[in-house]
Amino acid sequence: MRLFNLFKIATKAIILNKTRTLLTMLGIIIGVASVIAMLAIGEGSKESIRTTISAMGSNMITIRPGADDRGPARGSGGDVQTLTLDDYNVIKEKATMLSYITPVVNGGGQVINGSNNWPSTIYGVNPEYLNIKVVDLQSGSMFTDAEVQSASKVALIGQTVVDNVFPDGREPVGQMIRFDNIPFKVIGVLEEKGENTFGQDQDDVVIAPYTTVQKRILAIDYLNQVMASAVSEDDAPEAVTQVTEILRSQHKLMDNEDDDFSVRSMEELISTFSSTSEMLTILLVAVASISLLIGGIGIMNIMYVSVKERTKEIGLRMAVGAKGADILMQFLIEAILISITGGVLGVILGLGATVFIEKFLNWPTSVALYSIIISFAVCAITGIFFGWYPARKASALDPITALRYE
Amino acid sequence: MSKEIIKIEDLKRQFTMGTETVHALRGISFSINEGEFVTIMGSSGSGKSTMLNILGCLDQPTSGLYEIDGVKVKDLSRNELATIRNEKIGFIFQSYNLLARTSAIENVELPLLYNSKVTSEERRERAVKALEMVGLGDRLHHTPSQLSGGQQQRVAIARSLVNNPVMILADEATGNLDTRTSYEIMSLFQELNKKGITITFVTHEPDIATFSNRTIVLKDGDIMQDYLNHNIQSAADQLAKLPKQDD
Repeated sequence: MRLFNLFKIATKAIILNKTRTLLTMLGIIIGVASVIAMLAIGEGSKESIRTTISAMGSNMITIRPGADDRGPARGSGGDVQTLTLDDYNVIKEKATMLSYITPVVNGGGQVINGSNNWPSTIYGVNPEYLNIKVVDLQSGSMFTDAEVQSASKVALIGQTVVDNVFPDGREPVGQMIRFDNIPFKVIGVLEEKGENTFGQDQDDVVIAPYTTVQKRILAIDYLNQVMASAVSEDDAPEAVTQVTEILRSQHKLMDNEDDDFSVRSMEELISTFSSTSEMLTILLVAVASISLLIGGIGIMNIMYVSVKERTKEIGLRMAVGAKGADILMQFLIEAILISITGGVLGVILGLGATVFIEKFLNWPTSVALYSIIISFAVCAITGIFFGWYPARKASALDPITALRYE
Repeated sequence: MSKEIIKIEDLKRQFTMGTETVHALRGISFSINEGEFVTIMGSSGSGKSTMLNILGCLDQPTSGLYEIDGVKVKDLSRNELATIRNEKIGFIFQSYNLLARTSAIENVELPLLYNSKVTSEERRERAVKALEMVGLGDRLHHTPSQLSGGQQQRVAIARSLVNNPVMILADEATGNLDTRTSYEIMSLFQELNKKGITITFVTHEPDIATFSNRTIVLKDGDIMQDYLNHNIQSAADQLAKLPKQDD
């Protein structure tokens, strides 16, 4: 009952000072709106990175020669020849957490068809590659294990290659192309995947049996990498550990020696890129929080002025029987009402801004529920925190002095 | 003998101003009975304001006894004093002290907002009744800026009546009003007093004292005179004798 009355008194005071209250609220409104919009942008870019990486095969594990920590004076991973077909065979045989595995050798070169040519990259793999990368075929078929065994000169090509070496729209399957000077028979076209997050064209590839690429194009006997996919996304970290252990014993590394290879799951890649965007999010939110803080200081300032301005009123209220606690509550409720109303309006504005950013600026956004809850809670706390001191001051006034205050 | 509302015995109040001690009240004793209309007079520095603050439970005496309606005020906490002010005293101020941009009825309701025993229906009902008593039954929703000085003071009087106090405490209640309006207000006070309401009126204007039935004169913190007025003037008659205003 009493609280309800105080609530009424506080609302009345707010309504009597509409313009001032609205201006005070503006600080909170802008603060909350920017926190929500900034978090939405941060979350949005994080999510889009995750989706694109997942599209590349979220269970994927890559094993590369050379250690992960590339300090000065170390060669780049690609030049190191420590990853061999034996390694691949051992992993394939012993690793239980993997569902698919393929050796990978790759090199650049010119794809030639008659008078058309195009620089591309050839990947030498086994048939499981398609399962690991989650790629389907537009037409034709994948080469077989037998074709890998016999190092057949067959290839599958991506859409970008098709567009550039078959510009007349002829069906590429069944045609002959040359990669550098080696003739290949095109047996399939890969489904279009577009650019990945890092701006790399995933359709600019030629796929051939790794044996063929090793022997006929690159003339090497080591592997550039081994690609595998874990049984499931959740098992990926465990699969990484397992592969690491197998390779360490295969390479006869002592306990005090570093790995001479690196095993990474997509999950790690995601977290690397997420952490970048997380940094960005933190930065954005920090800036937005400052404006929320300034909004809070605005409330405190206006409450101070209000207490000063209404000193006589406070004296009168005390004279007619208001207790210190009543005055305290009245001003506190006023501050909280201002900040919470500001918070609600801020949430609405923030959501509006998010829609605007998504629709007109084409930035990926994603509003997280927690961002609304957090900024709302911050609002309420701001109200209490910044309202408390002025309210406290009002309640501690001496009624006689307050009544005589002019 | 009617009931004793106020009982004061050897009341002292001192203030420390830096190193000096100011004796505002130097041992005062008097009592006020139910139904009395008392004026407390004195020039500035007589201890009048200090007396008013203590009577109004806004301040505590340094020593001595102060009882209002049987309650010993000394040693009560801030909150207990607030409750006494809320339930037993009705304040009227020189500058009305109404809440700006707030209707008459809401101003009158104010003391009851701080009394959780009164429901909102009862609050409204009592406020309307109080405003009718002071002759403002048709001005319930006017804000102070829409009312004349005399009307504003009437709202303040209604506000002091609304909690059914044991005593109304007026501080220079006619100080801001012209003679005609102050006589009107005084006649209202006399009317209320006839209905049995105890009034203590602090003033420095001698003619106001002629409308009361008892006068206490303070000087330098002591009681100079405390006398019953056997020739009470009627404020209504005085008002009639005033020259007609040609408006």
